[in-house]
Amino acid sequence: MAEITLQNINKSFGTGIPLAVNDLSLSIRDGEFLVLLGPSGCGKTTTLRMIAGLERQSSGDIRIGERLVNDLRPGDRDIAFVFQFYALYPHLSVRDNIGFPLKAQNLPSAEVNRRVENVAERLRITHLLKSTPGRLPGGEQQRVALGRAMVRQPQVFLMDEPLTNLDASLRTDMRVELKHLQHDLATTMVYVTHDQIEAMSMSHRIAVMNNGLLQQVDTPLNIYKHPQTLFVGTFIGSPPMNVVSGKIMGLRFVSDDGSFWIDIPPAAQKYTTHGAPTVFGVRAEDLTLHERAAAISGIAGKILVREPLGDETIYGVEAAGETLTIKTPPRLRFKPGDNVTVTVNHSAIHLFDKISEKALLPERWSNV
Amino acid sequence: MRIAKQAGFYVLLGVVLIFFTFPLYWIVASSFKDRSDVISATPKLIPFIEFTPTTNNYRDIFFRAEATTGTGSTVTASADISAFRDRLLNSILITGASTLLAVFFGTLAAYAVSRFNIPLENDFMFFVLSTRMLPPIVVLIPVFVLFSDLGLRDSYFGLILLYTSFNLPFVVWIMKGFFDEIPSEYEEAAMIDGYSRFQAIYKIVIPEAIPAMAATAVFSIIVSWNEFVLANFLNRDSASTVPPYLNSIIGVGAVEWGRLAAAAVVFVLPVVIFTFLVRNHLLRGVTFGAVRR
Repeated sequence: MAEITLQNINKSFGTGIPLAVNDLSLSIRDGEFLVLLGPSGCGKTTTLRMIAGLERQSSGDIRIGERLVNDLRPGDRDIAFVFQFYALYPHLSVRDNIGFPLKAQNLPSAEVNRRVENVAERLRITHLLKSTPGRLPGGEQQRVALGRAMVRQPQVFLMDEPLTNLDASLRTDMRVELKHLQHDLATTMVYVTHDQIEAMSMSHRIAVMNNGLLQQVDTPLNIYKHPQTLFVGTFIGSPPMNVVSGKIMGLRFVSDDGSFWIDIPPAAQKYTTHGAPTVFGVRAEDLTLHERAAAISGIAGKILVREPLGDETIYGVEAAGETLTIKTPPRLRFKPGDNVTVTVNHSAIHLFDKISEKALLPERWSNV
Repeated sequence: MRIAKQAGFYVLLGVVLIFFTFPLYWIVASSFKDRSDVISATPKLIPFIEFTPTTNNYRDIFFRAEATTGTGSTVTASADISAFRDRLLNSILITGASTLLAVFFGTLAAYAVSRFNIPLENDFMFFVLSTRMLPPIVVLIPVFVLFSDLGLRDSYFGLILLYTSFNLPFVVWIMKGFFDEIPSEYEEAAMIDGYSRFQAIYKIVIPEAIPAMAATAVFSIIVSWNEFVLANFLNRDSASTVPPYLNSIIGVGAVEWGRLAAAAVVFVLPVVIFTFLVRNHLLRGVTFGAVRR
């Protein structure tokens, strides 16, 4: 059990190539379940491998607990790593696979057996101990890999997309199970994934990365509700956030072609600058659809597509030259071609500086 | 119709089988014939009926310098026939040592090239391969001079060195291709589990690599075992191998077919046995059990 501190980490894979990880500082609390989230190539796996010692950072310090581990070999860092492809040793039985890290510590074989059996029982794979990993289905290979990580009772678990190769239903089960496991063991866990559902459902905090840069570290709900960069806003959430590029004109946001505009709520006005290039964002659930009627003031639009998902329906709406995605309760029934009015929940809008892509509004702007 | 087709197929198989195995049978049969049977104008194929098998040829090549043949005449070969035993031991020693060395160093080199970023890796691999582009006989004269100066002629070490270097490129190329297929996660997992890289190679990678090592070993053995030119010219007086010996006992006046066949049979056996022993590795090919791709 330990906290992990990354201080100004840079990783370069050669001159002329953009930095894989760019000035990353991050501290992971003792016992925390932290997810590194981002698209492929964003540097999340490289970061994890640097914590493990499988890659050497080009500059910066990594501490696990109080120890500076920059020059420690992976085996001396007291960590366990679960690989995306599990990396179970094919020529060893499940028992020997799980016991492999303990044998490195020259523990007596009775002790090795006792601990292997404890872990196997806990993961419900006792009946598999004699089999060879190659013959096992993916979910059970996954458990064996987890067992090998747990058996040495490391200070830190590092997991690199461990659920990616599982079937969808199994993945949902394992998500719950992993979360419980981490809660019970109370061991610090760093978990890499590109799947935002995994990130949202399992973690205490999410660190979103893009192009080697750390974008935001926060709780899942804050990441969703208060994205600090345009990337976080558009990457998290399904369907993705609606964004419109334009600029501030007085007390209004106006799209580039001038046809879409929206009033800026008074509480947000002090954070905007007249004439500044700005990106407006709003989530699909913060837009509301109405039948076209004179009494409702909003943006006039027309239904393009309808995607009924059962518990909700997603509409694609053409409104003032923009295509908006809108999430509605299933009881609303519109057909493609219907004329509608779209209203915006003004307290839930997002504004981003178009150049820096940073959020303009602070976290609690609408409550101030 | 279907039966006719199947019958045709088996007939064809039979013809192909006979085509490839008859020469082997002929050599084995000849090795058990006495002189009159082996040179008989009508082929004698069936033992105990057409000819009476004798082990004299084997006895001759292993134990006797000169032997009387079935007809009672004495044939003198140009070389000491009983040298076969020593030659066979030399062949086993030189081939075994050079194969072990080539597979050992080749595997390590291939691992290094496969796993680490080596500057000019492709050029290096081409350079390694380029040493195989010349037939050995082309370098015979420079090697002869070199070995004379270094005192490596007529020595075990000289031939072992040469055969190792001839086999190394092959081993490096085959093993590199193989290591490229083994995910590096295996060693990384082992290193995180508390082992050093060498321990990880020894405990995880090598057990996985054994089929490929066995396959390359078979090819190395065949190359070294059959090599004639260098052995013939470099090791004339001592530490010489079987292939030049086979040539030398062909004799001056008459060809001792029976003894030649016996020596050939004994010469082929070790390679056949080794290949048989590792056949499962050769056939099993490469299976990566627990890594899902």
